[in-house]
Amino acid sequence: MTEISNREQRILGIIETARAKRPKFRDERINMAHGAGGRATQTLIEGLLVPALGNASLEALADAGTVTIDGLDLALTTDSFVVRPIVFPGGSIGELAVNGTANDLAVAGARPQALTLSLVLEEGLEADVLRAEVEAIARAARAADVDVVAGDTKVVERGHADAMYICTTGLGRIDTRARLSPAALRPGDRVLLSGPIGEHGMAIMLARGEFELDAEIGSDTRPLWPVVDALLDAAGGELRCIRDATRGGVASVLNELARASQVAMIVREAAVPVNPAVAGAAEILGIDPMYVANEGRLVAFVAPERADAALAAMRAVEGCEEAAEIGEVRTEPPAMVLVETAFGGRRVMDQLVGDPLPRIC
Amino acid sequence: MRFVDEFRDPGLGRVVAGEILGAVEPGRHYKVMEVCGGHTHSIYKYGVDDLLPANVELVHGPGCPVCVIPMGRVDDGIALAHEPGVIFTCFGDMMRVPGSEGSLLEAKAAGADVRMVYSPLDALRIARANPDRPVVFFAIGFETTAPSTALTIMRARAEGLQNFSVMCNHVTIVPPLRALLESPDLRLDGFIGPGHVATVVGARPFRFIPADYGRPVVIAGFEPLDILQSIHMILRQLADGRCEVENQYKRVVPDEGNAKALEVLAEVFELRPHFEWRGLGFISHSGLKISEAYADLDAERRFSVPGVRVADPKACQCGEVLKGVIKPWECKVFGTACTPERPIGTCMVSSEGACAAYYNFGRFAREREVV
Repeated sequence: MTEISNREQRILGIIETARAKRPKFRDERINMAHGAGGRATQTLIEGLLVPALGNASLEALADAGTVTIDGLDLALTTDSFVVRPIVFPGGSIGELAVNGTANDLAVAGARPQALTLSLVLEEGLEADVLRAEVEAIARAARAADVDVVAGDTKVVERGHADAMYICTTGLGRIDTRARLSPAALRPGDRVLLSGPIGEHGMAIMLARGEFELDAEIGSDTRPLWPVVDALLDAAGGELRCIRDATRGGVASVLNELARASQVAMIVREAAVPVNPAVAGAAEILGIDPMYVANEGRLVAFVAPERADAALAAMRAVEGCEEAAEIGEVRTEPPAMVLVETAFGGRRVMDQLVGDPLPRIC
Repeated sequence: MRFVDEFRDPGLGRVVAGEILGAVEPGRHYKVMEVCGGHTHSIYKYGVDDLLPANVELVHGPGCPVCVIPMGRVDDGIALAHEPGVIFTCFGDMMRVPGSEGSLLEAKAAGADVRMVYSPLDALRIARANPDRPVVFFAIGFETTAPSTALTIMRARAEGLQNFSVMCNHVTIVPPLRALLESPDLRLDGFIGPGHVATVVGARPFRFIPADYGRPVVIAGFEPLDILQSIHMILRQLADGRCEVENQYKRVVPDEGNAKALEVLAEVFELRPHFEWRGLGFISHSGLKISEAYADLDAERRFSVPGVRVADPKACQCGEVLKGVIKPWECKVFGTACTPERPIGTCMVSSEGACAAYYNFGRFAREREVV
């Protein structure tokens, strides 16, 4: 083609290189985009934290770190919860604090064993509100079959926290069937999704009452170990990697793994399950559900020969009946995620670039 | 979704794409401008250009409300946001637009109380909830969003809200289109007309384009089939030697517009003698300000706004991109110094901006076979 398209190719090459590179943290202050789970968050983690603290386990940028003690492989993870409002349709901050951390262990291939619980409480918080959250924590821990074995409480002056923040740390033993790694994806692998997306993020956005919009949408917060267990049974070592699609949504998970494995992915938009209420609200708000947070959905990458068995196993788990194969891993262009739109065109599905989204988890 | 999915039917899309292919003259290159940022966004979101023959090129026009805001206005907004006690409200996209010294998002991190809203009525609600603090709404957009700002101002007056005011940056679509058409370096064969603006102003204001400049206009809806069909209608006009304003978006756009909305606009706003556009410079009678009758609700009159004019960054070619003279990737800084994380020009900020849209989605829409 013409000289101009050569120039265009060169520019596109520069963009691709920039996408694949480790970002630099150059901002003067922290702003809300650093917490939104997109590019700015990645810049904070990979540009500041990993270089300062770097070690092999952290650099894998998995949902949980791995520690081996006397030949025993353990997964360790931590998460803070600052969601507002603290109670929302389908769940509350306490339930989220258990499931969020337990799920980070589960997608690392580890059965959650123990949690620690740290509460930061705002002066003036009503005891009944706290009591309800403690009960929610206890219920969620029983449901996830995990014990809360240690904890801490702090109280800060009124106005210095928003009702309550919760931090949980989780410990699990990595399952012997698991051979999971963000860098393990191979061309041909299938991309499986455990059910309809966008419910948690959309439920929170609507619960904040900032839009005059009513819809029956509840958070999807749920423990993921049962579906991980089923996947490990069905696919074993052919299960390459699993991620829970929390902040930044499915789009962010796919982009992170495309970079980590230096592969391309193609997603068939029409195959992605989205419940009609979420699709409608997302349409009105101009948000792509692929970028909306989930608290009980995972994306699994499976070798093609085990993909059907893995999908069937997922669908047999309660809450995952609508699991679907949404795409596959390809070779070119490395570190990019492409979408075949439901309309029949194609485009790039990039990482979220720091929209100042509200606190959702 | 009923009444939406019908306009996203891939089978029908292929049919219309086939009709477009039948309407192009082999060897002729067509440049069609979609005026509205909403169209730009849909084109990339659905991969509409993927379905077009390579000799039909879409050029992104000046209709993204965020992209046309000059740096000086952003600086004025930031100065307002830093006024003691002020709660400054704006749309989310606006928060990332760079002024000469940072964006509103950075101003928020530095201590200003900047809040994202989805509608001017949200700003009004914040004003009611915070009677002791001045609440400013940074209003942007074309005739599409101006009526909702006008109604908000009227409601604030009716409620007697003393702490609410609006910094008005509303603009009108016809003057920049005329400026574009006067530009000697412009090469366009036709226009996809702005469907949302036309909902308010009707089809009539666009008649000067075929009458004075000999270019067809088709006012279009925002679903992918709407856009494909409107491209087909433009190509048909060119093939038939016709040149007129056609209305593809009849299900929403009445020819005479929305009389009620126009009435509200006339009541609350008046034309500024001139208004600066990012990349396009000053354009006469292209901006709206709050009328004398509502002067007490005008943030620019209530606070002392610096009002300093800031030149566009030298390296930035947003103006040429907005005029459709160059494609985003032809800009000197595109993808290198100017990226969605660190935008220099406004076209890189909003997801409707031509540069951001191309940066995010463009690559694969460009790998089409030449007819």
